[in-house]
Amino acid sequence: MREIVIISGKGGTGKTSVMASFSYLGGKDLVLADCDVDAADLHMLMQPRIETTADYFGGLKARIDSDHCKNCGLCKDVCRFDSISVKEGIHGVDAMVCEGCGYCQRVCPAEAISMHPEHVGDVYISQSRVGSSMVHARLNAGADNSGKLVSQVKSEAKRIAMELDRKMVLIDGSPGIGCPVISSLTGADYVVLVTEPTQAGLHDLERIYELIKSFNIPCGCIVNKFDINIKITRRIKAFMHTKGIEFIAKIPYDEGFTEAMTEGLTILEYDQNGISTILRNSWERIKVLTQG
Amino acid sequence: MNIAIASGKGGTGKTTLSTSLATFLSQTYEPVLVDLDVEEPNTGLLVRGDEVHAQDMFKLVPEWTGNCSLCGQCRDICNFNAVIQTGSSITILSDLCHSCHACSELCRESALPMVQERIGVLKRFRSAQLHRVESILDVGQDQATPLIAQTKDYVSEHFDDHFIKIYDCPPGTACAVVEAVKGADYVILVTEPTPFGLYDLKLAVELIRKMGLEFGVVVNRSGIGNDDVLKYCRDNWIPILAKIPNDRRIAEYHSEGTLISDGLQFLEGHLGAIENYLDLSVVAGAG
Ligand code: SF4
Ligand code: SF4
Repeated sequence: MREIVIISGKGGTGKTSVMASFSYLGGKDLVLADCDVDAADLHMLMQPRIETTADYFGGLKARIDSDHCKNCGLCKDVCRFDSISVKEGIHGVDAMVCEGCGYCQRVCPAEAISMHPEHVGDVYISQSRVGSSMVHARLNAGADNSGKLVSQVKSEAKRIAMELDRKMVLIDGSPGIGCPVISSLTGADYVVLVTEPTQAGLHDLERIYELIKSFNIPCGCIVNKFDINIKITRRIKAFMHTKGIEFIAKIPYDEGFTEAMTEGLTILEYDQNGISTILRNSWERIKVLTQG
Repeated sequence: MNIAIASGKGGTGKTTLSTSLATFLSQTYEPVLVDLDVEEPNTGLLVRGDEVHAQDMFKLVPEWTGNCSLCGQCRDICNFNAVIQTGSSITILSDLCHSCHACSELCRESALPMVQERIGVLKRFRSAQLHRVESILDVGQDQATPLIAQTKDYVSEHFDDHFIKIYDCPPGTACAVVEAVKGADYVILVTEPTPFGLYDLKLAVELIRKMGLEFGVVVNRSGIGNDDVLKYCRDNWIPILAKIPNDRRIAEYHSEGTLISDGLQFLEGHLGAIENYLDLSVVAGAG
């Protein structure tokens, strides 16, 4: 089984549209995992039918039992995150800020503080409209620990792929270079970078590449909207060349992506001309590149 | 006045708006643009300036002195599994450490003093009437939140309340965004009128409402997609500060990093509308 991650560094490059197109082309042979848990949008194009829902618990949060609290204020003194405040003479924890370190619990002489995992989202196992199994999640606004959620989504997807003997897990990764994307990349066999020819796109590509290199994962690149700036497209190509990144395809600027998305469709179902052909060829190429 | 510019989803034009708004306001005031998208700070690609200051940024992590009874308490204390004990030594996995100080301060033998570890670098720039502060997270560091918090501290120490501060926040709705928008006087959520845009906007609205902050929406690339975002805002009493039309030329200027010098006229009317809406002339009298 191969694990392929699609990431972009920068948001808005069309990563999820590309992901949905490959999901459509791969059909039921794939297991899909939406690891872009902060902006989980794949479901809008794949209209999954949810089969099972599991609770997702994030980190621990402190809770102060006001019946036992003696208002000594020791907890407030040790908390490095300013999570504890006194309102009308009562000590309380701001769950949004609490990091769950448990320091307050350890120093409370009245044993009034306990730690509780917080229910911050759900993990779904579904059937996508193109016949594949799909694992996705919903994370409450403001929750932390999305890296842990990414790992959970991925391991569910892998488990399903093993059970159903599917050859490939296709992962929609998160933007950025921080903890969720590090979790997305861990254990991947191949990375598809979707970028755009802007100064920001190139800058983020260079940063994300450093991260991928440290994981030692082979990767290829798709440049979307290549014609909005041919000069930068050339620079991206040159960058990829020196780094040995495969140049998979370039896609012209096309409002069709947005129009298709508005209809809840992949671009392949919406427009049968040039872009579909480019994406079909890219998908074939990726299959070859990732054959183990 | 602290204005946070955020968006549920990346790539909606958040940085385009924050840089052009800052530049536009610098014609009248002396604003400070703060790049809190520390994983991918891009404001510097759009507004130039001379570097006037740079400093390394650190987080505090415990360091084992090697001199203790190996009681194992630190390992038990750490809720993040950042302390491991192998044979006769203690190892700190600093990536996992949240700098809570518990293991260090509770160690009876003072064998775990907290020491600095670099997580990124902060830089400050200046051009005519515009200040810019950005922090960039070192690749491989996975916690953006402490760097965001420290960057905000730096800004409040160096620029008092008379300055209009514009914070370019990280995308999404996770903990880093909470840290970035915390304490803002006004939050501008940038979105696109598409199903993805709407879905992510709803999450962002949920977050901002939970935090009890005042906010409004800027619709970027107006004209694409459908009217659902407008309808959602109307139904939920959310003010729309501006609708910036979809124009391929904006994308092209943006790509080149010359939006501010060559393409600002496209946006000026909208930026003026935002300025009026926020009533900045009152706050920034002394700016
Ligand atoms: S668990 Fe840690 S962060 Fe949370 S309130 Fe207690 S000391 Fe503060
Ligand atoms: S400071 Fe806190 S998080 Fe860091 S190693 Fe010690 S107990 Fe763990």
